[in-house]
Amino acid sequence: MESTTATAKILNTQEKQIVYKTSNLDLWYGENQALKNINLDIMENEVTAIIGPSGCGKSTYIKTLNRMIELIPGVRTSGEIIYRGKNILDKSYQVEELRTKVGMVFQKPNPFPKSIYENVAYGPKIHGIRDKKILDQIVEKSLRGAAIWDEVKDRLNQNAYGLSGGQQQRLCIARCLAIEPDVILMDEPTSALDPISTLKVEELIQELKKEFSIIIVTHNMQQAARISKKTAFFLNGEVVEFSETNKIFSTPNDKRTEDYITGRFG
Amino acid sequence: MSTRSKFDSRLADLKAKLLEMESLAEAAVRNSLSALLNHDIEKANQVIEGDDKIDELEHEIHDQVLILIARESPVAKDLRTLNVALKVSSEVERMADMAVNIAKAAIHIGDEKHFKEILDIPKMMDHALEMVTMSVKAYIDEDVMLAQKCAEKDDEVDNMFGRLVHELITMVPTNPNATNQIIQLSFVCRFIERIADHSTNISENVIYLVTGKRFNLNE
Repeated sequence: MESTTATAKILNTQEKQIVYKTSNLDLWYGENQALKNINLDIMENEVTAIIGPSGCGKSTYIKTLNRMIELIPGVRTSGEIIYRGKNILDKSYQVEELRTKVGMVFQKPNPFPKSIYENVAYGPKIHGIRDKKILDQIVEKSLRGAAIWDEVKDRLNQNAYGLSGGQQQRLCIARCLAIEPDVILMDEPTSALDPISTLKVEELIQELKKEFSIIIVTHNMQQAARISKKTAFFLNGEVVEFSETNKIFSTPNDKRTEDYITGRFG
Repeated sequence: MSTRSKFDSRLADLKAKLLEMESLAEAAVRNSLSALLNHDIEKANQVIEGDDKIDELEHEIHDQVLILIARESPVAKDLRTLNVALKVSSEVERMADMAVNIAKAAIHIGDEKHFKEILDIPKMMDHALEMVTMSVKAYIDEDVMLAQKCAEKDDEVDNMFGRLVHELITMVPTNPNATNQIIQLSFVCRFIERIADHSTNISENVIYLVTGKRFNLNE
């Protein structure tokens, strides 16, 4: 059995696993239903894009994937989200465990008001790593992984606020990588960045997907088209269409998807 | 109001330019045959000279498509519309080239009296032009059924072509002085057959535009 797995790995034919299986997910903010019967299978080591107009539920959905949504008062859910075999919406599921596996990058870069080094070392320190040598290694590996090492290696002790917006966002990605997550959630990670910084982050995402599963909410449809393997189109809290990005952007099945991606919506 | 009214109006402009190009090409085809039948060298030369305008329109269409791709980032049907505009304009340009070839054949034959009354070639041309009209209407109306009907007619033109060329060649031994004319007329049959093929290609593009699927209707 083991040798079969090894051969499959060598041949790169090993079947990808589902990282998140969402079934019949409903979500309410008080009386308002924000997500309606969501069913999505998100595969590992792929970039999955979530698109849709403002208020369609895409950010709400991504925030259920690390249960950040619970921070909003009055939120109720039903249905299930199976992450690596366990229902994360189950009350017995330890959210702390989930957060070490699922990193998140936000719309605006939000580095801590600390040095570049401390920003990246913060997570591992919280998880009990004290050895300076190991921390140095983690910081370098994470910064390299976020394609920012060469730009900051000579000023690791300077405050992260001195970096440009694009560099701050890549620092936040490095901070995310430092805890060695399984999944990276990105909520409009480039909407506050200039075009060159945006392309750098997009390049980075292509590299990161080899090791991580990435779910990205984006308003930029060309970005979704450029970087993702699959795309989900959300509208009024429902998934209208979820399929290969090539399919969505060439011959979508649903007229509402076509109207949205061609800019003829509303 | 559409959120992309400017883009929509530019797509409409593009289609209008394509139709202008098509009507010039269709007129060139008709005139080339008329020049051939009536030994009208002046008309044949007009067809040849008029081809520059058709080429120019094709270049304008290609330039407009590239500008719209660069500026509007089209996807899905919008992108197919632009892709199909490129392809259809090239098919129309090739049709106009066939008109030029027929005009050149008319010049080759010149004043030389036709060795027999030419009846079947105009009939074949009528079929081909009917296909042109159908394919263009299918394109304007995005009518998949009409595009399919147009393609079905191609077999008739192909059969006529085979029969006519065979007949012409068998006439060479009995009309040795008309060999050059018979060769030119055989070429004309070939050019008309190609015009029908270009119509079929336009029909294929109409089906692709509407459905996103490709069909080979030339088989």
